[in-house]
Amino acid sequence: MTFVYQKLMGGKSGLSGFIILAVLILVIFPLFLDSFRLNLVGKYLTYAFAAVSLVLIWGYGGVLSLGQGIFFGLGGYGMAMFLKLEASSIANTAIQSTPGIPDFMDWNQITSLPWFWEPFNSFTFTILAILIIPTIFAYIIGAAMFKRRVGGVYFAIITQVIAVILTILIVGQQGFTGGINGITDLRTLNGWDITSDSAKNLFYFINCGLLLTVIIISRFILTSKFGSLLLAIRDKEDRVRFSGYDVSNFKIFVFCFAALISAIGGAMFTLQVGFMSPSFVGIVPSIEMVIFAAVGGRMSLIGAVYGTLLINFGKTGFSESFPELWLFLMGGLFISVVMFFPNGLAGLWQDYGHHVTNKFDFIINLFKRKFLTKSDAPSIEKS
Amino acid sequence: MGDYTYSELGSIFAMQGFAGISLFSVLLLMALGLAIIFGQMGVINMAHGEFMAVGAYTTYFVSVITEKYLPGFMPYYFVFAIFLAFIVAGTLGYLAEFALIRHLYKRPLDTLLATWGLSLIMQQSFRSLFGAREVSPTLPEWLLGSYQPIESIHIPINGMFVLGLTGFVTLGVFYLLHKSKWGLCVRATTQNRIMSSAVGINTKKIDRYTFALGCGIAGIAGGAFTTIASTGPTTGTLYIVDTFMVVVFGGAASLFGTIISAFSIAQAQSLLEFFISGSMAKVYTLFALVLILMFRPEGLFASKVRR
Repeated sequence: MTFVYQKLMGGKSGLSGFIILAVLILVIFPLFLDSFRLNLVGKYLTYAFAAVSLVLIWGYGGVLSLGQGIFFGLGGYGMAMFLKLEASSIANTAIQSTPGIPDFMDWNQITSLPWFWEPFNSFTFTILAILIIPTIFAYIIGAAMFKRRVGGVYFAIITQVIAVILTILIVGQQGFTGGINGITDLRTLNGWDITSDSAKNLFYFINCGLLLTVIIISRFILTSKFGSLLLAIRDKEDRVRFSGYDVSNFKIFVFCFAALISAIGGAMFTLQVGFMSPSFVGIVPSIEMVIFAAVGGRMSLIGAVYGTLLINFGKTGFSESFPELWLFLMGGLFISVVMFFPNGLAGLWQDYGHHVTNKFDFIINLFKRKFLTKSDAPSIEKS
Repeated sequence: MGDYTYSELGSIFAMQGFAGISLFSVLLLMALGLAIIFGQMGVINMAHGEFMAVGAYTTYFVSVITEKYLPGFMPYYFVFAIFLAFIVAGTLGYLAEFALIRHLYKRPLDTLLATWGLSLIMQQSFRSLFGAREVSPTLPEWLLGSYQPIESIHIPINGMFVLGLTGFVTLGVFYLLHKSKWGLCVRATTQNRIMSSAVGINTKKIDRYTFALGCGIAGIAGGAFTTIASTGPTTGTLYIVDTFMVVVFGGAASLFGTIISAFSIAQAQSLLEFFISGSMAKVYTLFALVLILMFRPEGLFASKVRR
């Protein structure tokens, strides 16, 4: 029991934070938001996977990856390919010159399904591919970089370039990937309509469940000995190396795990939003994910979720009413977070949160004194 | 490459090669500024592309003003515009360093985020000031047209002008960094900041002027860029990744490496572009770069820098 309490939940404050988040996304949002808004929150929460992964790799590992969009995209595209193949059955695509292949292939004069699309006919393969392909890809990148002790700025730039390559590839190879529009018109999952409200609500809860699970697993990793070593590597890499640890393997592991989480987020994104496009792969989304984590607090798994929600609500709200102001605000936010609150919302809570909790205690005590103890104070009706 | 005769192939190579040289010039000018900032100071300036756009918009602005009020000055305005682009971008860079960058020297990854924020603000400012549409200045007569050494080869004059400008700026930077007293101070600060300030170099001032110089050169790049393509609010972002690749591939802090790598990247891209689609040419070029960097992370010509 203490194991669960200390390791998975992170003690009293960690547990209460986790419960508050769980209540917020599992109870409060579904109760107070209509189906459309809830779906929107669900979309934001898929970005939170990437933000959580950045807490692991950037906050604790000290390695800034500007390529989480790559893995988010790989996961999303994997799911989208399966759904697209299902949507383009021979019956649905009878009007095409080649029935049975996705519509964008037909528009690009491709007459048979490319070989790498074939396996995505199987749901089992798709799920495995979503989990394994991004992880292997991350392993290749990570092994090549970390074994050669490339880190810091260089790693950030190279991951960014890989994100650019992937985007150009997706946009350029229209016939195979759907191009700039991405893979659209996804309707059913194993014959089940995913565009209905009930399906969307179900996906929302599955998404929340997965996110909370990911947070618990990540916390377990961070509170274990591995987590301490990761922090040690971030702060004094050479000293850890001289103590006999193979530093690169630790970094590779955490990079792969971060990729895996982001890919799950991407797959959930496709399921909830119903399409996938290269605009969730490239530089801009990748950096935005970093900002979600930075605003939430780069050292806080739960903070990252709040950061994601806050920025996305702000983005949707502001860009609807003042599109011009939004970029100024976003830019200002980047700068001020980095310069004045490097630990983000979570850091603010840590520094000033006790004032709020003290106030709460004060109010609760006041209430207790007023209503629970017999006193001569006048009751509310009289005054 | 099947259907071309040898002489045609030769002309294609010459012309694509020269198209590559225009790209090379802009990339090199951008990368020179970045190599100074990133190589010498270790700051990742994501807003570097926007400083280039500042230069481009300055050139555009000067051209509009000249056309309206001083039509007689049109043939000569361009040189003046490029000089002004340098001043404007440099001043903005100076201010950015003062307000932002100097607080973040100890956290290089955070400068990346802060300058990205800066780039968003700058992009939106361009959009508010000049509109979302792409603009291009009216070029003076002597920059238009092309030079024809033999019948099948056309070499645009603006490309040659940009090349000349790039050569001039490169020599200037080389002289400034390696021959002047100021350059000595910059290099000393790069190698050992604490010792440099101990021997009386005002490292903070050096940082500020180095950053301003880098941004100013980006401004010149912007001025040169207007002769090749039109400028929009997001023009800077299109070139920033390529520029970073040039600097990293050449080996940070190596001026010579930057030149070689800008040349090879631009040439590879524009020669490939003729035979396969532009997007795939870029994919292959970038992919090759990533592969090479995996085997040689310090870049082609790494200079030994102690940090």
